[in-house]
Parts: sequence; C-alpha cells; structure tokens
Amino acid sequence: MTTPLIEIRDVGHQFRVKSGLFAQPKRIVAVDGVSLSLPAGGVLGVVGESGCGKSTLAKIILGLIEPSAGEVLIDGRRLDGLDRRERARLIQPVFQDPYSSLNPRRRVRDIVGVPLVAQGGIADGEIRRRVDAMLARVGLDPELGERQPAELSGGQRQRVAIARALVLHPRIVVCDEPTSALDVSVQAQILNLLAELRRELGLSYLFISHNLAVVEHVASEVAVMYLGRIVERAETETLFRAPRHPYTKALLASVLTPEPGLGIPDTELGDTMPDPANIPPGCRFHPRCPAAIDRCRSDAPMPRRDRRGLAECHLVEMA
Amino acid sequence: MTALLEVEGLEISFGSLAAVRGASLQVNKGETHCLVGESGCGKSVTALSIMGLLARNGRRDARVLRFDGTDLLALNERAMSRLRGNRLAMIFQEPMTSLNPAYTVGSQMIEVMQRHRGATRAAALARAEELLARVRITSPGMRLGQYPHQLSGGLRQRVMIAMALMCSPELLIADEPTTALDVTVQAQILRLLSDLQKDLGLAILLITHDLGVVARTAHRVSVMYAGEVVESAPVAQLFTKPMHPYTRGLLDCVPVPGKVRRDQPLGSIPGMVPRMTQSFRGCAFVERCTLARPDCAGEIVRHRLAAQHDYLCQIPPDRVTAP
Repeated sequence: MTTPLIEIRDVGHQFRVKSGLFAQPKRIVAVDGVSLSLPAGGVLGVVGESGCGKSTLAKIILGLIEPSAGEVLIDGRRLDGLDRRERARLIQPVFQDPYSSLNPRRRVRDIVGVPLVAQGGIADGEIRRRVDAMLARVGLDPELGERQPAELSGGQRQRVAIARALVLHPRIVVCDEPTSALDVSVQAQILNLLAELRRELGLSYLFISHNLAVVEHVASEVAVMYLGRIVERAETETLFRAPRHPYTKALLASVLTPEPGLGIPDTELGDTMPDPANIPPGCRFHPRCPAAIDRCRSDAPMPRRDRRGLAECHLVEMA
Repeated sequence: MTALLEVEGLEISFGSLAAVRGASLQVNKGETHCLVGESGCGKSVTALSIMGLLARNGRRDARVLRFDGTDLLALNERAMSRLRGNRLAMIFQEPMTSLNPAYTVGSQMIEVMQRHRGATRAAALARAEELLARVRITSPGMRLGQYPHQLSGGLRQRVMIAMALMCSPELLIADEPTTALDVTVQAQILRLLSDLQKDLGLAILLITHDLGVVARTAHRVSVMYAGEVVESAPVAQLFTKPMHPYTRGLLDCVPVPGKVRRDQPLGSIPGMVPRMTQSFRGCAFVERCTLARPDCAGEIVRHRLAAQHDYLCQIPPDRVTAP
C-alpha cells in the first residue's frame, strides 16, 4: 500500500475560552480523537455544521494550530518536523472569504507572489513569470495583477486566492468552504476550475464544506464530523446513497434539493443545539438523535469499520 | 386569489446606480412568493423599499405600490411607520445584528406591541411568551429575560420571527432568513414559517439566493437579474419550464444531490453581473447569454407563456428549453 499523502492519527484540540473576569476558563473541545487519511490524487470532503471542528481540523493540517494530541503526517513525515518553507511547498490553503483572506493594500501580483518571495532565492523576473503564468492558469487576465483586491469581484478574488495557493505547485490544497461566500453561478465556475486544476496538476484536496451537494460533486470520500469527532466516513457514492449514522441521515434529509413539490423535510432533531463547551456523556449526538436508546446516553460508541466505511454509532450494523 | 401586495414598475436608484429597474411583482394573501437572484440583483433593496426603509440616498419610484389597497407611495413617514411592524413585518438574514444586544428578548419583543396597539406591559409580555411557545422555543418565560447573545443562531431567528408576529401582520418579508443557519436548523425554521403561514394565513415575501429553498417553500417565484424581474411563474412551472436563459443557467449551476456526476463540470454562467445605470437599454443579461442576438440590445418586450408565467426575453422558447 502506498503512503497516504495526509495521515492524521488521534488528533485532538481544545481551546480555553475565558467567559468572564473571574470565571473559570471554559474548555472547548473542537477536535477529539480524529484519524483520517487522504490518498494521493484523492479529494476528501469533510462535512458538518458550524462548531463541529472542521475548520480547526483544517488549521491543524495546515500547521497553523498545533494539536494538543495526536500526530499529523504529510507524505509520511511528521508535520511538526517540517520547516515552514518545506510545508508551504507541500500544502496550501484556500479559505472561505476572499474578502478577508487577501491583503487589501497590496496588488494582486504581490499577493500571488508572496509564497515565492517567502521561499527566498527566487529572482524577481522568475517570480513575475510564474505569477503571470498562474494568473492565466486560474482564468485571470495578467493585467489584473496590477489591481488591488477591492477592484475585483468575489469570484475573481477567489481565483486570486487559488493562484496564490498553487504558485508553489504544492501537492495538497486545503479548501475551507471555498465557495460559501460566492453566488451560485460563480460557485459553479470556481468548482469547475478546482476540478480542472486537480486533474492537470495532480493535486489532492481536503475539501471542507457545510454544503452537502457541493461535497458530493467534488469529493471521492466523505467524512462527517459532529462535535469534534468523525461519526461516519465512506466513499462518496456509498455515503450519499446509503448513509448509516443517524446524524448523516438527518444532514442529508435536511438538504433542500431544487425539486418543487417535495415540501420541507422534518429532521426530527429537536431543539437541543450541540455545544462544544458542554459535550454530552455517552454518544455525543444522543440528545438530538431520533433513534437514541438507553445505552447511547451512558456508553460512548467506538468507531467501527467494515468494507462500507466507518461509523461511530451503537445502532449501525457492521457487515 | 386576492392580491395583498402589488408592485409595478418599481425603480430604485442610488446616485447614478440603478439598483432596481422597473420590477413588478404581486404577493397574494396567504401565499409565499420567493424573490430569487444573486448578490446585487436588487432583491434586498426591493424589500427595503416596500417597507419604506431605503437608505437616505436611495430614490424610490413606482407606477403602483399598493398594500391591501393602500397606496404606499402616498403615505408619509408617520403613516408608513403605523403600518411597519404592525401589518407589514420584516425579518433579516443575520438575527444577531437585527437584535439589540443590550436589551432582553422580552423588552425588544413588547416594544412593537406597546407602540402599535397601546398594549400594557403585562399584556404584551403575555403575548410575547405565547408567541415564543408558538415558534417552539422551550421555556419561553425564561427566554424573555435572556439577552440575544445567550441564544443560538436558530433560536435568535425564532425570536425574530416571534417578534415579527407580535401584531399579527398580514405580510411578512423575510430577507434570506436561513442563510446564516446550518442546514438542519434551516429546515426547522422553514417548516416553522410554513406552519405559521397555514395557521395564520400569513403572506410571505421570501428573498433568497438558494434555489433549494425556493423549490420547497414558494407558491410563486420571481427571478431577479440586474434590477429587473426577468421571469415570474408558479414554482412548478419555473422549475420544469424555465424560459429565461438566466433562469435556466441558474438551475444548471446547482449541484443536485443524488444526480451529480463528478466527472462532469457543473453548468455555469460565464462573466458577472453588470453594473447598471439608468440610461441602460436592452437586455441586461446579453453579455453572459449564449443565445444572444443583435436585437437583444434593443427594447425587450415581456412575453407571456401562460396566464401566470411571463418572462423578459425575446428568444423563441424552443431555443431556451432545448437541451
């Protein structure tokens, strides 16, 4: 078996949040015992609702947050053993909001060139040539290089962010909600561009999104996160055709497909909201789970896997 | 079907920018009308202008702007403020920015009732508690004393809805009410709105960019592009027989779960929305339209496919509906 491009083992991260001047700081469990792997050339989709820890997981994989537990291996090497330049050549991010992720005071050309400058030892002419080539590759007129982000539309800005991520020819791109801030017609342009670039440049993506339809379109494998844990993982077709975890089922049932006449689904999830500062005992999904039994309230399920994938639920029958 | 809100030839401009250019729509009693479009198409300013809440530099003009027979164009600010929050109510996308963080839920909810109905504090609080329970908030009595930051996003949006219902409005304008919420919560809020509509006979003008929300909630849909309503139809018609190339393009852009093919690119609309000025003539979609002809630069006549289905495009329907 070949080494997965990303392998994370039992990664956890907690934040301490001060809730008041004299209050005890609260412990927020963002990511808890997550193991994942991404094969070379694959697209791993991570889905889940706000606060499930998916963005924290992305930051851990990018090396922006040091996990409080577990280890991250990139191409077989420990992430914390790589220096920043090496890491930048392997893995790059594209974030959600192209309005806040680009420096408003710099020209597009300089923004895209930053990773090259940071590597050091690359001549100005070479930087210019590579930036122009990359701008053209993401569908931007190199003349736009002289502009500032404020002069560009949302879609153009996201193209700039993609150009910046790819200018070093990394192997992995972590896309954290890359199209959530965009209009549907622009979202489709960006998703198509990401798919094209992946094929041509042999990239692998970790693709984080709350939009299940988008994830189904781009991912080869999907992991579903709930309150910091992966509760189900399977190949995309399997997961969307036959979800097994009650949370995955509820998530899929909540998606409003553009098909009139079907009405609005009843998720049967109740009104309790997940709170990472207050993780319930037993299965952490049990307060919202329509299928919960007594055992779920006291006994935390362990991840179990079979040929259809992984699920963390007492009620899922393994093949 | 009786019209509750009639808008004809609505024009809104901010300086030289024409945000809305002759939009018309009609919301019937007890019906959900979805106004759908992308950012900058003018859907939110349309809503704000109906409520008389445009920013000071915004100019509003219309042939007809009538609510339940009352000409809104003829009302002064005092008369309009007697309608607003009373017979016409509005909820917004981000409930946190629409709620005042310094006041409790209860004190914000009762204000509207004390003002419009001269209700006593006790009566208004009782009504607020009843409505919080009605929007399925648990322990409503306790919630009245809480501040907005103590509530989750879904709860805040329920509070906004309950607040909008305090004076039993006939029309609720909801501007992207579920866009900031998670999918499971979105489904719950939309179900709630639909239940309330059935029970209270509420008419809803729902503004959204999400075609999934449109398909599942609307009776009637108006598609906006660059300040115009380019197509208007009953929901089933719009999805099965889209006539305007923009409507069709929008529908192709949306990945449909269970029907997506990963190896195929999504349909997309090239280019971006133009910035419109008042002097613009012809079809605003022409630069992005694959079917455009030279005469698209001239005046475009509204075509009618059925009694309830019209669109602003002159290209023969067979060219639009052909695969």
